[in-house]
Amino acid sequence: MAEVSLRNVTKNYGALEVVHGIDLDIAHDEFVVLVGPSGCGKSTTLRMIAGLEDISGGEVAIGGNRVNDLPPRERNISMVFQNYALYPHMTVRENLGFSLLIAKRSETEIAQAVDDAASILGLGELLDRRPAELSGGQRQRVAMGRAIVRHPDVFLFDEPLSNLDAKLRTQMRIEIKKLHQKVRTTIVYVTHDQVEAMTLADRIVIMKDGDIVQVGTPLEVFERPVDTFVASFIGSPPMNLLEGKVSGGFVWITPDVTLPLPTVFSGKVAEGQRVTFGFRADNLMPKGHALTESGATADLSLTITLAEPLGAETMLLSELAGVEIQGKMLNPRPVSEGEVLECQLSLDHCHLFDTATGKSLR
Amino acid sequence: MLRRRPPDWLTLLMPTIIVIAIIVLIPLIFSFYSSFTPYKLTRPSTLWRWVGTANYERILSDLNFWAAFGRTILFLTIALNLELLFGLGIALMVNKVTWGQRTLRTVLMFPMMFSPILVGFQFKFIFNDNVGLVNNALQSLGITDVALPWLVDSKLALFSIAFAEIWMSTSIFAILILAGLFAMPRDPLEAAKVDGCTPWQSFRHITLPFLMPFIFIAMTIRSLDVARAYDIVQIMTGGGPARRTELVWTLMARTGYVDARMGIANAMGYVSILLSIFFTIYFFRKLSAARAELGL
Ligand SMILES: Nc1ncnc2c1ncn2[C@@H]1O[C@H](COP(=O)(O)OP(=O)(O)OP(=O)(O)O)[C@@H](O)[C@H]1O
Ligand SMILES: [Mg+2]
Repeated sequence: MAEVSLRNVTKNYGALEVVHGIDLDIAHDEFVVLVGPSGCGKSTTLRMIAGLEDISGGEVAIGGNRVNDLPPRERNISMVFQNYALYPHMTVRENLGFSLLIAKRSETEIAQAVDDAASILGLGELLDRRPAELSGGQRQRVAMGRAIVRHPDVFLFDEPLSNLDAKLRTQMRIEIKKLHQKVRTTIVYVTHDQVEAMTLADRIVIMKDGDIVQVGTPLEVFERPVDTFVASFIGSPPMNLLEGKVSGGFVWITPDVTLPLPTVFSGKVAEGQRVTFGFRADNLMPKGHALTESGATADLSLTITLAEPLGAETMLLSELAGVEIQGKMLNPRPVSEGEVLECQLSLDHCHLFDTATGKSLR
Repeated sequence: MLRRRPPDWLTLLMPTIIVIAIIVLIPLIFSFYSSFTPYKLTRPSTLWRWVGTANYERILSDLNFWAAFGRTILFLTIALNLELLFGLGIALMVNKVTWGQRTLRTVLMFPMMFSPILVGFQFKFIFNDNVGLVNNALQSLGITDVALPWLVDSKLALFSIAFAEIWMSTSIFAILILAGLFAMPRDPLEAAKVDGCTPWQSFRHITLPFLMPFIFIAMTIRSLDVARAYDIVQIMTGGGPARRTELVWTLMARTGYVDARMGIANAMGYVSILLSIFFTIYFFRKLSAARAELGL
């Protein structure tokens, strides 16, 4: 059993604090993804769990034991690095078996473990090559293989797919998901790619400037973002956000553009409060090309500035109150630039944030 | 009729060819030729008497030559291994230093900046049995009450010379190994930590293999250097007393210039070149193998 818990963990580089007291509990077997923009402290947090970085304050525990002062080798973790960090002078076989060799396992045991890992990851043919003779994707698999041979308590991944091309990344993403189903181990995975986060995670941890902003399942963070940062970070394309003011059951964006206040928020906002109205492209669709949904809708007629056909659907770009917004057209027909489309916005899926704090008003 | 002109590339190469011929080729041929004559500097006419391989036969059966040859190899082995050990230690320590590292690196180079002759004089004084620092220190600390014959006893004298040589040249190893440490990627070391290595195991399995090419480069350079060691030895002991510290090059210089028997000295030179060639090929092989290991 290896749950990982972080209690008020901070990290300082000299006078500069880059991680500001984060708390996080990761259950046994859970796949947790740390996601956030560049420089927000994801790698630093992961490296503190690994023991590669000193913990400036707070406590990290693995399997209930405080590990703050243990070197990495005594934490029973394995880590996959962004640039794979394979040992250049060893063959794939030696790379895979190295940790077991250090642990003084018998030769037959090592050979067995290496073969198992190689067959899980399809490395059989490559065992006698050196890292320099492998492609990026193959190196990536070796790095994962090196992590799994040891059957560690916790796997740590630091952006393992960021050096791969788009197609290979999708493929490896699926491999990692399968691997987790096969080996059932606690995984902490760092990425700045929100698609990776959504597809892989049991729970997503969204970080910003050294703080945790929200923790939740992919659906939770997608459907209930706690603030405008999460709303615009998670989901592709990012949520449309329009600033306005509450006035008599409506949100006034500009004198010409008003949107009805979704019913869930009535009673939660004050008259005259400055709010940010948010909705996703999936909830703004042209009439006749939308999901047939019961529930409240608002009608908008939009001048299309750009249409991006994706095959099964077309992304529509338009402008509302001077802000670029995106909508979606199902069962698409050709749309020309400048065409005016009658669209409907499904209000039940809209979000309202306090403009001053950015926090959700739900 | 067209006058035949040499091709352009030959014209362009001509100055180089001439310079190389004057500086390298002619002396090489001349010395090689003279090693088959009983050439004495004092009697130029001896240059024209061909004696075949007589010089070589004489050297190969000369115990003094073989003693010097063996001593050179012994000296080289001791000096190179100790220099590697100290250089590696220094480089690893300097690599850990975070404050004032640049200054330290410059200081490291100081011994290399001195002329070997001066280093020789310095250590000749330090190891002098009457007024030298070492004996003074040993005696005033009460460790010994006799003056140790640092430059006279055959074992101690070789030790003293090796000490000077090591003092002067350890920094070559240190600098080259330090360059290797700087070029070393950090990731594999971190991976090794996670894989369960103690600091010693990380060094042994990850750092050292990465440093091997740098070590072999230093070895190649230094083996050539030490195999022709002359200046320090000449100053400190002059190869004596009674040939106890005679190395190949001091013997050669004595034979050639003091005894004026240039023909035989040249023959010695050609035999001892084999030594240098052997070490160069040996370390170069090792270097290629180490580089291939790293996938370079
Ligand atoms: N050795 C260091 N000294 C000083 N500051 C550092 C050091 N390492 C990282 N930082 C700072 O700590 C912050 C967090 O860095 P970290 O590497 O954790 O970011 P990240 O979230 O992993 O970003 P990315 O997605 O770009 O990898 C950054 O602002 C960075 O500048
Ligand atoms: Mg990072």
